[in-house]
Amino acid sequence: MSHEAARRICRMFQRISVDIDAEKDRLSDLDGAIGDADHGITMSLGFAAVTSALGRLDPEATPSDLFKAAASAFLDAVGASTGPLYATAFRRAAQAVRSHEALSVSAQAEIVEAMTMGIRERGKGQRGDKTMLDAWIPAAEAAAEARERGEEASVMWANIVAAAEAGAKATRSMVAARGRAARLGERSLGHVDPGAASTVIILRAMRETLVA
Amino acid sequence: MQRFINNPDLVVEDTVKGFVKAHSDIVRLADNPRVVVAKDAPHAGKVGVVTGGGSGHEPAFIGYTGRNMLDAVAVGELFSSPTAKSFHDAIREANGGKGVIVLYGNYAGDNMNVKMAIKLAAKDGIEVATVVANDDVCSAPISEREKRRGVAGEIFMWKVGGAKAATGASLEEVRVTAQKAIDNCRSIGVGLGPCTLPAVGHPNFQIEPGTMEVGIGHHGEPGVRVEALKTADAVAKDMCQIVLDDHNLPAGTEVAVLLSGLGATPLNELYILNDTVESEIVKRGLKVYKTYIGNYFTSLEMVGATLTVLALDDELKTLLDVDVRCTTLL
Repeated sequence: MSHEAARRICRMFQRISVDIDAEKDRLSDLDGAIGDADHGITMSLGFAAVTSALGRLDPEATPSDLFKAAASAFLDAVGASTGPLYATAFRRAAQAVRSHEALSVSAQAEIVEAMTMGIRERGKGQRGDKTMLDAWIPAAEAAAEARERGEEASVMWANIVAAAEAGAKATRSMVAARGRAARLGERSLGHVDPGAASTVIILRAMRETLVA
Repeated sequence: MQRFINNPDLVVEDTVKGFVKAHSDIVRLADNPRVVVAKDAPHAGKVGVVTGGGSGHEPAFIGYTGRNMLDAVAVGELFSSPTAKSFHDAIREANGGKGVIVLYGNYAGDNMNVKMAIKLAAKDGIEVATVVANDDVCSAPISEREKRRGVAGEIFMWKVGGAKAATGASLEEVRVTAQKAIDNCRSIGVGLGPCTLPAVGHPNFQIEPGTMEVGIGHHGEPGVRVEALKTADAVAKDMCQIVLDDHNLPAGTEVAVLLSGLGATPLNELYILNDTVESEIVKRGLKVYKTYIGNYFTSLEMVGATLTVLALDDELKTLLDVDVRCTTLL
């Protein structure tokens, strides 16, 4: 059971890596408007480091081990705020899946919720700051609701992705309050936050690979 | 703008390589190519002194690596915090068995990466303390000083912290003294022209010709006001007023003054500013003990200058006078 689950987590990270890489230039362009134009490159490097670290892991590794390894690989490869934020997200996910390694629908919801919690704790940010949390928080809320209602995976993931997309879109009309774009104050208005845009890519890739 | 670069994505790599080649008598590269170490570090029985930050501020941060200054420096991408791993590796390189102090600037990424590096260092059994620079007056009101960013005042914090560590002081003593140095620092920046990250190709903030931005940050963070460019005399008076009003020092206090160009301002203009800066300081009944003028902490090719005023006591004066051996003269 845990073997199959571990394979799905590996596929998930590979898919994220491929999809982020494909959108690298778009993410960097978004970042160029309000940051330093490296978000696409940074995320792509980070997830490439994750997939290569996972490839070196023991075949007996559990989903929790995989998330833990992903956290340290990402942290070693990426600086700025993104490194610690995603590393913490993966660590929290590792804790969340420790008790149920079979990746049930509710475990999948808990992964999204735990990642969001990790990013919130590390960045001390909240909704409306114009950061990746504007996509992660609505996604986590959608995950929690679906978990409580006992929805099936496809419905839950459709809700998660839709919530993240709407959240990312809403960042266009926000003034950045945290992170590098906050340096620009009102100059950040009118631009989608690149961190929220990459969150949508990540969640879509998770949906593609986790829905059985 | 025309530049001497090879590949916009390798600017940091190439900068560090050239730096280490030029100054191999003072620094060396760690196994981690994003960590520059003083050649003779670590020193057994001395508190290790570490900083780190984004690139593009040269000579900060690497240029302050050396004897009686910084033992190791973590190097980030342009305007972007180093990784937690690089901070961790810098801490290890600086560790002489008496603990390590990390003296860095108050930015979201640096705060997170240093915090994570400290946890990693704890697993190695290295005790780490921190002091976070927050000398940029216009980045938050004095009542929220913990939100202020760190700018050129960091140099005084390194100089004082490095010299204190060299006396054989304990980790806590070094922390208290470096904290005093930054508490006694106030800085302001004035921008006359923006800078461009090579990979972006266009400035992501503008300063229109004929205007200046008072209170601008080291990465183009918005200042307190944009207004018509004034004479150097008027700009210097304005800078002094903002810094000294915030400082509120008793008459008779001795101060150190640091006027740094932001990258594309010629040295002679810094001297023109200083002519008025020193007069204004004296007018307030303060005494200038020492003045540093040059490109000490830049922001790529930004046009503009920062003024930092450090209030001194006997201890800080003694530590400021300690000879150092790093590539940037102090």
